[in-house]
Amino acid sequence: MTVTAPAPSATTAARTDTLLDFSNVEMTFPDGTIALQGVDLVVRRGEFVTVVGPSGCGKSTLLRIASGLETASDGTATLGTDRIGYVFQDATLLPWRNVTANVELLAELHGESKKERAAKALEAIDMVGLKGFEKHLPKALSGGMKMRASLARSLTLDPELFLFDEPFGALDEITRERLNDELIRLFNAKNFAGLFITHSVSEAVYMSTKVVVMSGRPGTIVETFDVPFAQPRDPEIRFTPEYAALVGEVAHALRKGHGHS
Amino acid sequence: MTTISNETIVSDSVEALDAHPTPGLPVTATIPKAKGKNRAGRWVPPVLVFLAIVGVWYLISLFVLDPHLRFLLPLPQDILIKGLIDPLSFNALIVALYQTVIVSMLGLAIAIVIGIVWAVAMSQAKWIERSLFPYAVILQCIPILALVPLIGFWFGYEFQSRVLVCVMIALFPMVNNTLFGLQSVDKGHRELFKLQGAGRLTTLVKLSFPAALPAIFAGMRISAGLAVVGAIVGDQFFRRGTPGLGILISNYSSRLQGEQLFATIITAALFGVLIFWLFGLIGRRAVGKWYDFN
Repeated sequence: MTVTAPAPSATTAARTDTLLDFSNVEMTFPDGTIALQGVDLVVRRGEFVTVVGPSGCGKSTLLRIASGLETASDGTATLGTDRIGYVFQDATLLPWRNVTANVELLAELHGESKKERAAKALEAIDMVGLKGFEKHLPKALSGGMKMRASLARSLTLDPELFLFDEPFGALDEITRERLNDELIRLFNAKNFAGLFITHSVSEAVYMSTKVVVMSGRPGTIVETFDVPFAQPRDPEIRFTPEYAALVGEVAHALRKGHGHS
Repeated sequence: MTTISNETIVSDSVEALDAHPTPGLPVTATIPKAKGKNRAGRWVPPVLVFLAIVGVWYLISLFVLDPHLRFLLPLPQDILIKGLIDPLSFNALIVALYQTVIVSMLGLAIAIVIGIVWAVAMSQAKWIERSLFPYAVILQCIPILALVPLIGFWFGYEFQSRVLVCVMIALFPMVNNTLFGLQSVDKGHRELFKLQGAGRLTTLVKLSFPAALPAIFAGMRISAGLAVVGAIVGDQFFRRGTPGLGILISNYSSRLQGEQLFATIITAALFGVLIFWLFGLIGRRAVGKWYDFN
């Protein structure tokens, strides 16, 4: 297994369109559990790819390999950029830092000057709609607002590839839909490529340009669906028959992959 | 980062947030405080219990004990007059209290520094923890009494040895709590730092140590109480030099000066309580904003 990081000049000179390329990736844990098997997946610039699958199918493992948190046992994972944003399942805000200080954290870890990171944080906070909450501590924020802060934190990296590990899974339906819309807006505004993990089929179809369905353990890709709806998405498409039909197809593939056909 | 105008998004979102706050989750932190009418309810029962204890005290002192045995439990006003207000007793008490404060706080300060350094070292690698933690446990388990002759030989029977006893008694909670705090850092937070390629020192300074602060302050409060105990215990073994409260207690008891003895014991107890409360306050001040430190 190799994770190929781009050469330092790659992002400036030859801007590649393939930002993530998984080829025959396999993941076997030390206890013998096979989490992923023969996974081929490509994420290109301008794509928002969502992976849906049952719990424990290795969706998150896929993301952890892409980010470098884990190393695959076999196959190759090639990254086309070193500007990667990662949004965790939890907001993972440091409870002792206020919103601004949390959003500044990544730039701070990269040794950027106070002025630089303050400017980045200000812009990112603005972008996720948390203006006015800069001085709030995480415990004073709602679940949705925490997630916004977490999103803002990753935005300061100006990522080309954005990895999302079920970020809205713990939120209520209304907040979740609102954040789906905001994320789509950010996707269109910032032009990053997204790899989004979720177990919600409707969320997957609504947000992405491509939906990848995974089977239960060991996780393999069962089917890939191109989502034909135009970006930026109109929230009203959720109520169209085409949308419902596609959700149905994806859900069907998901059930098949899980052995419930 | 490229500058992208998102004015519409921003205004929409903030209004939306204000208009529809997530149910059950407060937008701003409001911590309800018991005020006014609850105050009486909070204070009456403890005061009643206190009065009952004093009442029983008087009963025993006046009606159970023979007058010549009253030194076993002197009347409260006698403790106040003879043990505390009397200039001779008062002077002795203040000098001893000062000595105990110095010994215990110096011992505590040393225990805090050693404890934190020890725990930070252990948190850096499993092999260091495996090699060093057993000694913390041994230090905790070994009876101080067994070491008294050795400490006396090495450090004499005065101030230094009393401080050492304080350090030995107060050290374990600091080591244990700090280590626990450093090791309980959220996995997601660790990965967040790892993803940014943060080094060991950066992770310690910006993540592990701040995250461990509630545990460290909880340890400090326990250690502070123990340091006071250590200062009094140390007095009993190492009696040379300026007497602390422990020496005073032992002197008064051998002279059957009940009033002075009780005044000194109560002073020692109040000092212990004060220190415990003070370090609770420091902890609340330090981390109370983001952690429910109680």
